[in-house]
Amino acid sequence: MSTVVLLLVTGLGLAGLYFLVASGLSLVFGLADVLNFAHGLFLSVGAYATWWAAGVVPGGGTGWGFGLAVAIGVAAGAAVATVVELVLIRPLYRRTIEQVLVTVGLSLAGVALLQAIWGADARPFPRPDWTRVVTHLGGAAIPNASLLLIIGAGAVLLALLGFLRYTRIGLVIRAGVEDRSMVTALGIDVRKAFTLVFAIGGAAAALAGALAGVAFGAVSPGQGTSLLIFGFIVVVIGGMGSVTGSAAAAAAVGLVQQFANYYAPGLGDISVVVLLAAVLLVRPQGLASLARGTA
Amino acid sequence: MMRRLLPLVALAVMAVLPYSTLRIPYVLDGPLNSPGTLQLLAICLVFGGLATGYDLMFGRTGLLSFGHALYFAGGVYGTAILVDRTTWPLWLAALVAVAGTALLATLLGAIALRTNGIAFAMVTLAFAQVGAITVARNPGQVTGGEEGLPLDGARLPEPLVGVVNTANLYWLALAFVAVVLFAVHRIGDAPAGRVLIAVRDDDRRVGVIGLDPYRFRLLAFVTSGALAALGGVAYALLVGGASVHVTSSDFTLSLLVMVVLGGPGTRWGPLLGGFAFAFLDQRLTAVGSSDAVAGLPSVLSGPLSQPLFILGTAFILAVYFVPGGLAGLAGRLGPLRRLLPAKAHT
Repeated sequence: MSTVVLLLVTGLGLAGLYFLVASGLSLVFGLADVLNFAHGLFLSVGAYATWWAAGVVPGGGTGWGFGLAVAIGVAAGAAVATVVELVLIRPLYRRTIEQVLVTVGLSLAGVALLQAIWGADARPFPRPDWTRVVTHLGGAAIPNASLLLIIGAGAVLLALLGFLRYTRIGLVIRAGVEDRSMVTALGIDVRKAFTLVFAIGGAAAALAGALAGVAFGAVSPGQGTSLLIFGFIVVVIGGMGSVTGSAAAAAAVGLVQQFANYYAPGLGDISVVVLLAAVLLVRPQGLASLARGTA
Repeated sequence: MMRRLLPLVALAVMAVLPYSTLRIPYVLDGPLNSPGTLQLLAICLVFGGLATGYDLMFGRTGLLSFGHALYFAGGVYGTAILVDRTTWPLWLAALVAVAGTALLATLLGAIALRTNGIAFAMVTLAFAQVGAITVARNPGQVTGGEEGLPLDGARLPEPLVGVVNTANLYWLALAFVAVVLFAVHRIGDAPAGRVLIAVRDDDRRVGVIGLDPYRFRLLAFVTSGALAALGGVAYALLVGGASVHVTSSDFTLSLLVMVVLGGPGTRWGPLLGGFAFAFLDQRLTAVGSSDAVAGLPSVLSGPLSQPLFILGTAFILAVYFVPGGLAGLAGRLGPLRRLLPAKAHT
């Protein structure tokens, strides 16, 4: 029983990480039709900025100082994402393939730049002491880092849903995901929403980078790219442009991976891809179409 | 007539290169027939062939696959593992590796092609990722994990082993390029090639005419995968083994970069792009570690020592300013060229 609880919570922790990566990807794709390969770069930028800030901010390795470092990391991720959207993506508005290519080039060059600055090897990540210990829950010893990931992802999920539901710009974004040309025809400038969605996605990815640093205990330039692939899988399973779909798919992927890894060691990643293939064969539009009632 | 002969002349020139002792200062380190230079040129040729094969799917059929590394790795690892584990002669190991990879491409392509556009890109990426993870996990000690799997020279035919025989490996790479170009151009010029372009431009129309776009997509996917596996065999022999790098998604991304730099959907563009990319990737590493760069302030020397930083930046600039790639440049210079003789006459 305690094993199941442990796997459940750590699986959900992993799911939280995937959700933080996928939510931004999914919104950006849903609204702007941009498959953003540079999203992994935002994650790495967030992780490295947090790592750097934790060394500079007084008391950066513990408590509130670490919180401030994470905030700086998130701000850096959002800033980089905004600049990328304004400078590189916006001139290629509506030219989908070129936008993908630019983000591919950006991810190659960006990771190489991080490597040039901080080296290719992983660096130990400063972790507050309380994230290294475990909490006893239902007879299982749960790593606090997993709980932190779940809480972080849950907070972002609620904030995103509230933002999309109760604010005017959130309404514009939801409408834009459904039918962009109609929104434009009504005289609303969707491009502002693009920039905002990029910034939000960059911030979420940067938070994922900082929390992944805490969970794995290290940062490396390639970390973002490997997490990005799971982000893509979650987005495809969840359905493009749906935040709740991403959350559900992230939970499914995280749990499947964790349980498969325990009961059939080494098969976790493969079972995730089998899940992806199964969903595609049965329902190519992703899980979100279930809720909407459209096929 | 000229247009038809030119490729054959180029092939002949490339074939006699190992007999030349020409030196090209700054571009190449040693004379043309030195093993180092031949190895470099052979790797560039293999990448040129790979990019051409990838373009059959990307530029001609319009399928954006992010999983091509899987089929290349199938050739590389298939050969390395079969040579390592069986007593089969090399030709049989290579044949089985290519045939097995083609079968895998048929299976995975049949699933992935149920989606299209961006979803297809992500599904192929996920399949390739499984390949990369499996190779890194090293099940049953067959793949050698992160260490890679070196080819044992004693089990290979003698003319393909050792520094003295680099010229043979170079010819092997040249033969691979010739096979890929022949196959891709034959398909491109045949009625099937026209259908592929039609599938790219308007697949509903193809359906209305009574042809099944799915089958033609699968044809392009499997052919492209099999050609990549063939390239994998040549690459494994050339570098003397397999390494995990060839399974990574970055590998597919660099193929995409090569094709876009060269000019997707053109006859010679992908070959040029692949050759140029591989050449720059190898040579920039040498330039980046040279004294001239190390002497620069660290703000400059750091990024300049990363070939991928330079190539990635060049790629972004190319997407903005050179949309047709290298092959498109010729067309753009056309008006200029027509102008020049006209001026000479007047």
